[in-house]
Amino acid sequence: MSVKILGKSKGFYDTYERRPGSNKEQTHYCPGCGHGILHKMIAEALVDFEVAENMVFISPVGCSVFAYYYFNAGNIQAAHGRAPAVATGVKRALPESIVISYQGDGDLAAIGGNEILHAANRGESMTVFFVNNAIYGMTGGQMAPTTLIGQKTTTTPYGRTLQNEGYPIKMAEIIASLESPVYVERVMLADVRSKNAARKAVRKGIRNQIEKKGFSFIEVLSTCPTGWKMTAPQSEEWIKTTLVENFPLGVYKDIADQVEPLDLSSNLAPTERVPKLIGLEQDKMEFDTAAMKIAPQIDQEIKIAGFGGQGVLSLGVWLSEIGMREDLQVSWIPSYGPEMRGGTANCHVKLSRNNIGSPLVTHPTVLVAMNRPSLEKFEGDVVDGGAIVWDSSLIDVEPQRKDIRNIPVPATKIAKDLGNSRVSNVVLLGVMAGFSDFLDPLVVQRVLPLIFKKKHLLEINLIAFQKGLELGRELSD
Amino acid sequence: MAKARGLVAVNIEECKGCNLCVVACPVDVLHLADSFNTHGYSPAEYDGEGCTGCGVCYYACPEPGAITVFKNWAEAQEAYICQTKNVPSRLTVTDAVKGLAECEACGQQVVLSNFRSLSFAE
Repeated sequence: MSVKILGKSKGFYDTYERRPGSNKEQTHYCPGCGHGILHKMIAEALVDFEVAENMVFISPVGCSVFAYYYFNAGNIQAAHGRAPAVATGVKRALPESIVISYQGDGDLAAIGGNEILHAANRGESMTVFFVNNAIYGMTGGQMAPTTLIGQKTTTTPYGRTLQNEGYPIKMAEIIASLESPVYVERVMLADVRSKNAARKAVRKGIRNQIEKKGFSFIEVLSTCPTGWKMTAPQSEEWIKTTLVENFPLGVYKDIADQVEPLDLSSNLAPTERVPKLIGLEQDKMEFDTAAMKIAPQIDQEIKIAGFGGQGVLSLGVWLSEIGMREDLQVSWIPSYGPEMRGGTANCHVKLSRNNIGSPLVTHPTVLVAMNRPSLEKFEGDVVDGGAIVWDSSLIDVEPQRKDIRNIPVPATKIAKDLGNSRVSNVVLLGVMAGFSDFLDPLVVQRVLPLIFKKKHLLEINLIAFQKGLELGRELSD
Repeated sequence: MAKARGLVAVNIEECKGCNLCVVACPVDVLHLADSFNTHGYSPAEYDGEGCTGCGVCYYACPEPGAITVFKNWAEAQEAYICQTKNVPSRLTVTDAVKGLAECEACGQQVVLSNFRSLSFAE
């Protein structure tokens, strides 16, 4: 006989090391907040059903944005209201995962109203927990779409009125009116009995997903003692007496027993079709890999920075294109202002022999600086022994660091002499291929024709690349 | 009166003193302490006797690990395995209010709310 203990579920971490500050023992929720109770029910169900390993918890914007501090499971933090869209992507890519979209009323019913309706209408195989406390808790108690008529919030100081703000929105009823959802229930966290009912609903919602039944939606009337300006027991009383009057509890739809399990594998795009879809098929090249000189000893993290219009982002894309054909894992991520030309722009490129975890480059091995502010801004970030390639025809200062490879290149001048200042980024590409061991000039010369389809552009770019290559080789000697 | 066969242990550092368990307890054996924990809350405390092991307080509590309920303490204390000496042992409650017990085999103090690091015979 095993010892029966009710206590912290294995679905939670022992201590919350991800939580900043000294308090690693408690959740960040206010005393008496319903989030913790619902978290416990979800964690318990996942452990009981032995699916905690496969869980991907999509946390929203709201108080529960930090749910990943607590759940010992996969987590993605989605943009405001977009949890159902992210959950759709995760579930389609990983059909065996248990995807939970956990959203508050501001997130789901206001900014994310569109996303949830369409995810529900498509009948995505996911479980949605909609925590309805009739207020925006995280931002300080503003009116939510679910705020009751007459309820005072910081943005409805005299109470919500019909004339001004309309009726509170009833999401469970709306979702239940759609064809696809298989299970819609509204529960509350107010007393022993209702918490028990909520626990059953949580388990049913997750069970439905394990059995591939489709879309389950559980609306949970939950407390917000801080936003409501009440004690925790008073909050539970207010749910029972007032909130539930406006949001009647009950099962609004349950056809889970009548539907056949979904064939989720058919949702996947066949991977062999992907190269054709993104136009890579005609670019397929056979390389004599033995003859290739590239053998990058370290994974390259490259940051390219300059003005918009200098080809900063394009240079990054080309590096990624080349890396792909060198059989490396690549990532490219741009960062730029709203201006098409003249603003500052930079991009992060990773070339790696292994899977890339994050595309962000915080400490580049190579910094390509195409203007002075970029050099000054990012010089300090370069790793010891890294390289700084900079356009000496535009930058009138030298890098201050002595522990890096200093590679000044009059790229814009060379480009101008060739007749087109816009090829300066290709000159810099050539220099990189010349001094480094991670770009094979032969590969670059075969990739450039794929980028520059027009013959006259290709010619000048090939010349610019050759110039840069020679310069790079000189500099590396 | 229901049979007092359970044991509730509050981890005072995880408790935020919201009072929900105190209100929920059907046999009224929890109260808020007069003292504070390191986070500045007055945590819930067991009266020291009378817990039936029903688990209502566990589901009432919003903190994942603040409340631990041994549904049948008599069974649990006999099933305890001392990890220091790796032998079957027995627990004796030394401070029911604070949720402390003593291992018979090694004599060390056991914090009952740390149940995830304790072993019990299957």
